[in-house]
Amino acid sequence: MSITQSSASLFTTATEEKEGAFSARYSLWIKEALDELPHSFTITDPFISGHPIVFASPGFLKMTGYSREEVIGRNGRAFQGPKTNRRSIMEIREAIREERPVQVSILNYRKSGSPFWMLFHMIPVFGNDDGRVIHFVAVQVPISGRKMRNGSGCSEMVFGSCRREVCLGSYVHQERALPVECDEQELENWEHCEASESEKLKSVEAVGNVLSVLTRYSEFAGRLVCGKRSCLRVADCLSSSLVISLGRIKQSFVLTNPCLPDMPVVYASDAFLTLTGYKRHEVLGQNCRFLSGVDTDSSVLYEMKECILKGKPCTVQILNYSNRKDKSTFWNLLHISPVRNASGKTAYFVGVQMEASCKDIESKELRPETRQLSVVGAVRVAVRSSFMVTC
Amino acid sequence: MLKIKRVPTVVSNYQKDEASDESVGCGRNCLGACCLNGARLPLYSCKKLEKSGTGEKLVISHEAREPPVAFLESLVLGEWEDRFQRGLFRYDVTACETKVIPGKYGFVAQLNEGRHLKKRPTEFRVDKVLQSFDGNKFNFTKVGQEELLFQFEAGEDCDVQFFPCMPLDAENSPSVVAINVSPIEYGHVLLIPRVLDCLPQRIDHKSLLLALHMAAEAANPYFRLGYNSLGAFATINHLHFQAYYLAMPFPLEKAPSKKMITTVSGVKISELVNYPVRSLLFEGGNSMQDLSDTVSDACVCLQENNIPFNILISDSGRQIFLMPQCYAEKQALGEVSPELLETQVNPAVWEISGHMVLKRKEDYEGASEENAWRLLAEASLSEERFKEVNALIFEAIGCSNQEEELEGILVQPSGSVNQTGNRTLGGPIANGAASECLVLQ
Repeated sequence: MSITQSSASLFTTATEEKEGAFSARYSLWIKEALDELPHSFTITDPFISGHPIVFASPGFLKMTGYSREEVIGRNGRAFQGPKTNRRSIMEIREAIREERPVQVSILNYRKSGSPFWMLFHMIPVFGNDDGRVIHFVAVQVPISGRKMRNGSGCSEMVFGSCRREVCLGSYVHQERALPVECDEQELENWEHCEASESEKLKSVEAVGNVLSVLTRYSEFAGRLVCGKRSCLRVADCLSSSLVISLGRIKQSFVLTNPCLPDMPVVYASDAFLTLTGYKRHEVLGQNCRFLSGVDTDSSVLYEMKECILKGKPCTVQILNYSNRKDKSTFWNLLHISPVRNASGKTAYFVGVQMEASCKDIESKELRPETRQLSVVGAVRVAVRSSFMVTC
Repeated sequence: MLKIKRVPTVVSNYQKDEASDESVGCGRNCLGACCLNGARLPLYSCKKLEKSGTGEKLVISHEAREPPVAFLESLVLGEWEDRFQRGLFRYDVTACETKVIPGKYGFVAQLNEGRHLKKRPTEFRVDKVLQSFDGNKFNFTKVGQEELLFQFEAGEDCDVQFFPCMPLDAENSPSVVAINVSPIEYGHVLLIPRVLDCLPQRIDHKSLLLALHMAAEAANPYFRLGYNSLGAFATINHLHFQAYYLAMPFPLEKAPSKKMITTVSGVKISELVNYPVRSLLFEGGNSMQDLSDTVSDACVCLQENNIPFNILISDSGRQIFLMPQCYAEKQALGEVSPELLETQVNPAVWEISGHMVLKRKEDYEGASEENAWRLLAEASLSEERFKEVNALIFEAIGCSNQEEELEGILVQPSGSVNQTGNRTLGGPIANGAASECLVLQ
């Protein structure tokens, strides 16, 4: 695609790209099958930088008022707003980090800006072959907040209902939820909105249905997914939460695993792929020497090897060979450093690439050296915390 | 006069034994008048305060993704890594084993034998929260400039401004961010408001607001700021906050809360439920300044009533926990059990938040949620004392507490406090309980 395309069509391309990445995991017609489900749900991919939505059901689009293009590629945070309960946001964030299910009431906002409460029920979907989280499926069930318990007296009446009764001008005491006619202002001010038992059941049912479709279509494609982790994650596969954290770092870098034979790349940032012109699948599992070529100084390579053996950081200037269209070479100011995990032992090496031509200092920006080191720092924080997951 | 002996944490490479003669001249490249001339540091000037609380936009923008590493975060991490590789820290904190203790709350334990000096303990007066600044003691004008990362100020512009090389000018009363050479975690820094003004360790409105700014600018819920008052295990009587990264929630942040009151300026105050240390949670507010001012008012009240306390600024500045405590007083009166004392864990802000640094292997191996709970419970005020303290605080911030937050629901007659709109009335809260979620297996 040429770079002169209009922004609108560039955006469509990005949507198609993400949807394509999603479909590739499953057999044909997966999207059509999911489209047939009546529920509101989204599917996200933690392995794409930004943890974006890669599928949104027609029910979701109807509920929120957005078009497909406006939703695909966005993170779920996009539907939250200033009055969304911080605790609920944290619950969801932690469930993602710990790769476990969660069911929580949360206030979201439609495209029009109007708020609504819904029961958010999310589950991880695991790949059967490698045990990693492939997607997160999130179901949204709108809730009306009229959970009245049998025989509860007036004094136990929950606030929202009270307000609603005042709104509607009559005292109501019934089991079924009334349609929400309340002032939206008030919806935002509710501390919490408990889902009814039937709403909770609806969410469980919906999750089950989506998972069934995914399982069936993954089976056809020969790469089964399921709702429970069936095997321990393989050694060279990073947890989804670590990948999400690393995805926040916008510079070019790789993580290699010194404990695996030939120290392969286990993570490569999008910026690395852009810089070097390689695709992710061409890079993962390979040793970084694919970037070196005929004119790469072997003494520099030796210096790097020594530092790795000693477990020391180092910065070198090395000639690299790209896989870009023009197959050009570039001078890479490469910084490598060992990175420890929660056990205190070295788990990875991080390599941060900086194209030498970019070394010019921009007056209002961080020094390039600082920026390069900030990548190392961000990786250290991510790696150290990623192993400290509560079981 | 109540005193306890403890080994103070070394936060700067220039922090010597209290007993030794401190009248050394210079050549140390410190912040004293001797070395200040010609000193330069990057300056980060954060953007002007947003009008409404969090400044989040409702309109979906193309940037509504998992947010990238913010500029301030890059600055902190990049400069910290630089000092890390230059060997300025007393030990490599990432080489310290750490784990989450199994249990409901997930307390975090770290085995760190290097954090505590192997020298004799110093005496700390623990019965006075307000003490005047003593220039003879160690303070942050004595740190070497290499320990400083950058200057930080609350800007006037609607954009962030960054100046890579700005002179340190006493006339501007600069606030600085420095490394803590005995870090609890990677990225552990100190925020020192108006360092050259030599303010004692006490909360004032301007300084707390600066700390909130930093939390907001870092835009990372895993970057918290903490504060220890004197008597609540502050080591240095020179105004400072601490901050570091831990990419998981603190137990304190997970504790359920029960709303007590909402102030005129829209600040919601809750008390924590089912947590070993009785604490207040402040959030909301019509603006960040309102939130900051309310908490500052509460702190000033505690300070004036000689009640030691800790503060945790969390959720990128949206939540502020206030924890009054009495462990040091108990310790001085000999009321703490020897086994707890032997662990040498002082319940300061990070410990109370749920992050325990243990110096003995046996404590680390045997770390359990009950142990952690027991230690922290010792620091907590009793139920009655906490109620008394809350009453003092509410009076100080201008809300008389008319609610009965008993076992049940919060019932607040509308119009009892001067409110705009119906902000005080919450939505359906079954059992008056907190916002809890159903976690499925």
